Amino acid sequence: MNQYIPVLLMFAAGAGVAVAMLGLSELLGPKLRFREKMEPFECGENQVVSPKRRFSVRFYLIAMMFIIFDIEAVFLFPWAVVFQSLGLFGFVEMMIFILVLAVGLVYVWKKGALEWE
Amino acid sequence: MDSIVSLITQPLVLELLITLVKIGFILGLTIGFFAPMLAWVERKQSAIMQDRVGANRAGVFGITVIGLLHSLADAIKLIFKEDFIPRGAERGLHTLAPVIAIIPSLVVFAVIPFGGQYTLWGHEVNLVIADLDVGLLYVFAIGSLATYGVVIAGWSSNNNWSLLGGLRASAQMFSYEVTMGLTVIGLVMFYQSLSLVDIVAKQENFWHWGIIWHFPAFVLFLGCAVAENKRVPFDAPEAEAELVAGYFTEYSGMKFVMFWTAEFLEMVSISGMCVALFLGGHHIPFVTQKFLLTAFGDLLGQDIGAVVVMLIGVGVFITKLVILLVLQMTIRWTMPRFRYDQIMKLGWKMILPLSLCWIFLVGVGILTGVMPRP
Repeated sequence: MNQYIPVLLMFAAGAGVAVAMLGLSELLGPKLRFREKMEPFECGENQVVSPKRRFSVRFYLIAMMFIIFDIEAVFLFPWAVVFQSLGLFGFVEMMIFILVLAVGLVYVWKKGALEWE
Repeated sequence: MDSIVSLITQPLVLELLITLVKIGFILGLTIGFFAPMLAWVERKQSAIMQDRVGANRAGVFGITVIGLLHSLADAIKLIFKEDFIPRGAERGLHTLAPVIAIIPSLVVFAVIPFGGQYTLWGHEVNLVIADLDVGLLYVFAIGSLATYGVVIAGWSSNNNWSLLGGLRASAQMFSYEVTMGLTVIGLVMFYQSLSLVDIVAKQENFWHWGIIWHFPAFVLFLGCAVAENKRVPFDAPEAEAELVAGYFTEYSGMKFVMFWTAEFLEMVSISGMCVALFLGGHHIPFVTQKFLLTAFGDLLGQDIGAVVVMLIGVGVFITKLVILLVLQMTIRWTMPRFRYDQIMKLGWKMILPLSLCWIFLVGVGILTGVMPRP
């Protein structure tokens, strides 16, 4: 049997659990709606500022760095699987690749992109 | 009757049935057993560590079973709670977020082996739902999907606390996902495989266990995994003292339960990963599976013996799992919460360079012959 069919079955089981949980709440929970209750929670006050506004640029920076270094990890996985048959040559080559990225990390570090005040 | 028997004995149908039984077992073990038990352990262990009496009130006719019924009482209570969606929230996404959170935390278990391979009545049984040859990548791929659930929950709630929690969670989970991936590279170099079944099979010899040759990677991996799961001391995204409840402030009833179950299930899957990668899976130190199979085979006959060995394997796996869960719970009740800048500093400035160094050291170790080649 194809190895991915059990994974699909597992997905179906997970989705079933999730839908069952949502359904239980929907069926058995009370529904009592009035204006004051539907306000988003802000410690009892009315909402002063809407959350739909701009937020700190650092989160974008982290997301960009995530992409760079996660792709590095993606390149490392297949290399690691065949590492022992590649021998010294493969090792040195990958260390150069990691070194290049490490220089990138040092640059980002020195530029202060990793500082949170 | 005959037709049913002949249908069941068809290889494809039999395989499907076995898969369904395994999925049922995993669902029962995780959602049915570990999630409520961990909720109880979290309260009871904190009570013991802080010298309190702790959860001991819920009971049926005065029988309280050291507080075990609290999980049941909580579940019943939460089913009958209102499913609340605040004004101005994105209704569709608000409902979708807990679904996205809980499905990955369950689906990850598909590749974690909870036992070995056994031959029962002439049929191969492999105690893993899907033996994927990219198992480890699959875990990281599915695990990163959980980020979406958290971020969407924070963004769709129309609540400032939720948004801040979601933002913190996104940056934190991104950072630790990278480092988590890098910490296991050394292990892949060591075992030459991404399949968790292969990795466990290569740990039959105790001296090839991951934790013996990769102890630094084990510490880094466990730390990253706890951070990825946003548990104390890395729980800035849901810091109750600053952000009410972080990204799930506006969730109630079963949707709240789904986030909370996802968190506990992730604890279990982290432990399962650690057991498979570092602690030898279902293997007992210095006892090979062949030895157990012949010992019990002589005693009880080939097939019954194999069943007993299978049960022992699952028992050993669950024992190791429980030890790691207790370790995580102990960390949770020992450490104070880190500040957010400390969390990011730890991830990017310490664990990331350290894991790169570890890859280098493992490479040198294997090439010079200091490390074995299992």
